[in-house]
Amino acid sequence: MATRRLTRKDQIQQTILYPVDWLEERSGLVGAIKYFLFRKVPGDTNWFQTLGSATLTAFIVQALTGSILAMYYKPDPTIDPRTKLPVAYESMQHITNDLWAGWLVRGMHRWGASVFIILMFMHMGRVFLFGAYKYPRELNWIIGVLLLAMGLGEGFTGYLLPWDQTSYWATVVGVNLNGTAPFLGPFLAQFLNGGTYIGSDTLSRFYAIHMLMIPGAIAALIGLHLYLVIRLGVTSPPWSKEAAGTGPLDGQAPNGRVGRAGLSRFRRGQ
Amino acid sequence: MTEPHDDHPHVPGPSLWPVGFAVGIVVLLVGVIISWWVAGLGGLIALAFAFLWVRDLTAGTALAHAPDVAPETGGPAAGEPAAAAAVDEEPEERYPRSKFLELSTLGLGGVIGGIVTAPAVGFMIAPAFLKQGQKDHDIGPLTDYPEGKYLIVTYMADASQGEVSRRTAFVRYNGQLKGQPSFTIISNHCAHLGCPVQANGPLDEKNTKQIGDVTLIPTVSIAGFGCPCHGGQYNTEGNRTAGPPVRALDRYSFSIRNGHLFIGKPFSVSHVDGAGATAVIHKWTFSFPGEHVNGLESWLYPIQPPH
Repeated sequence: MATRRLTRKDQIQQTILYPVDWLEERSGLVGAIKYFLFRKVPGDTNWFQTLGSATLTAFIVQALTGSILAMYYKPDPTIDPRTKLPVAYESMQHITNDLWAGWLVRGMHRWGASVFIILMFMHMGRVFLFGAYKYPRELNWIIGVLLLAMGLGEGFTGYLLPWDQTSYWATVVGVNLNGTAPFLGPFLAQFLNGGTYIGSDTLSRFYAIHMLMIPGAIAALIGLHLYLVIRLGVTSPPWSKEAAGTGPLDGQAPNGRVGRAGLSRFRRGQ
Repeated sequence: MTEPHDDHPHVPGPSLWPVGFAVGIVVLLVGVIISWWVAGLGGLIALAFAFLWVRDLTAGTALAHAPDVAPETGGPAAGEPAAAAAVDEEPEERYPRSKFLELSTLGLGGVIGGIVTAPAVGFMIAPAFLKQGQKDHDIGPLTDYPEGKYLIVTYMADASQGEVSRRTAFVRYNGQLKGQPSFTIISNHCAHLGCPVQANGPLDEKNTKQIGDVTLIPTVSIAGFGCPCHGGQYNTEGNRTAGPPVRALDRYSFSIRNGHLFIGKPFSVSHVDGAGATAVIHKWTFSFPGEHVNGLESWLYPIQPPH
C-alpha cells in the first residue's frame, strides 16, 4: 500500500516537474529565477530596503494602467465640431465619466504617478542615508539618478495629455522653463514644442515621448539597475553589528559582508 | 611517397578586391532601379575589380605560371625546404583575416546603423526648426482701430493647425506719424514664462467684432497688463513694472495693405522709452520667455533657433 501511494506521489511530482525541467534544461531560466529569489542578503536588512521594490511595483502599475488608458485616449488637439471641445480632452472626459471603471484606472495612473515619484525620492533617500551608494555601487547610483530624471520626464510629458487649461498652461510654463537653460535651452524648448509655440504636433509628440520613448528607456535601465543589485548584493544598514564583525552572526558565512566580499563571492561563482 | 605539395594546398592570399567587386554589384543593382547609366558604371566597376580579384587569386598558381611547372620533377628532397619556408611565412601575414572580418563587421554595422538612424533622428528634430516663419495675417480694416485705445485681437495664425494656433495681441492705433499710421502691437505672452497676460481694466465686450477667424474686443480704458500665473505686471507700453519678468512684452511688426492691418513677425523688446507713436523701442531677436535679451545674462543665450 505504502509503496503504491509513494509511486503515485512520485508520478504526480514527475508530471508537475516535467515542464519545469524541460524549461530549465533548455534555458537555465529556473536556475536563474531561483538564484534571483533565494540569493543571500544580510541578516539584518531593514524594512526601508523594500522601497526599491515598491518603486518597481509603482512603475509596473503605471505601465499597465497607461497601456490600458492608451486604448481609449486620443492625442488629438483639433476641435470636435459636434461638441466644440478638443478631441483629446473629450476622450479624457469619456474615460472618466462614461467608460466602466475608467475613473478608477485613470485615477490609478494619475495618483500612481505621484506615488512613483515620491517612492523614487524615498528610495533615493534610503540609499543615501544607508551609505549604499559607496563603492562598488556608484554606478547603480548614477543609473538611479537617470531613472529619477526619466521619471520626472514622464511626469512632465504626461501632465499635458488631459489637454485642459491647467495642463496646457503648465506645459507652456514648463517648456519655457526649459528654454531658460543656458546655451541649448532655447533649442530644447523648441524641440519640445515641435516649433516656436505649442502647436498641432506638440500633443502627439508629448504622447509619443510619454508612452514609448521614456518608458522603454526606463525599463532598460531598471533591468541594468536590478542586474547590479543582484551582482553586488544588498547593503547592511549602517548600524549593522553583523557587517561590523561584532554581531552574533560573526564568524559565519560572510553573507553580511557586502561590497568587496560580495564581489569576490560573485567571482568565485557562488 | 606522397607529394609534399599535397600537404599545403594552394590558398589564395588575402585580397581586398572583392570589396570593390561587391560595391560594383551594389551600384549595378541600384542603377537598375535609378538609371541605366549608373547600372553601366556599376557593371564597369564590378568588371574591373573582378579582373583584379581573379589576378590575385591566380597569382603563383599554375594558371599564372604555366611554364614554370617543370621543376615539379624535383621530388621530395627539393620540396621539403619550400614547404618549411611556407610555414615560416604564415605568422608574417600582412593583414590577418580575422582582423579584417572584425573591422568590416563593425564598420558595415556602423554604416548600416547610421543610414537607418540619421534620417529617423533628423525627422524627429528638424521639423521643429524648419519652416517656422509665420505668414503675415490680416486682422481687419484700419477703420476698426480707434486712436489711443487698445483692442484685444485674437486670430488663427495657421489655419491648417486649427484652434491650437490661436494667438492674442493687444493692438493700439497711435495716430499718424510723418504721414504714416502708427500701431503698437503687443504680444500676450508674458516675458516671464509665457502665460497669457490680461488687460488691466474693463473691456467693452458688447462691441466685440468677428471677421472670419479674427476677433476684436475693444477695451474701455486699461492701465497696463498683468499675468495671472506669477504676478508679472507691465505698463501700457509693455514695460515691466513689477514681478518676475526679465524684459518688456514682445511686440509684432505690422504692415498695411489695401487699408487692412497685417500682423507680422514677432520680436523681443528689452524696454521702451516714451510712449505712443514717438516711443523708442529697443528691439532684439525674438527669444523665448524668461531669456534676457540684453545685459550680462543675455550671454547665456548666444544663439537663437530659427523662429
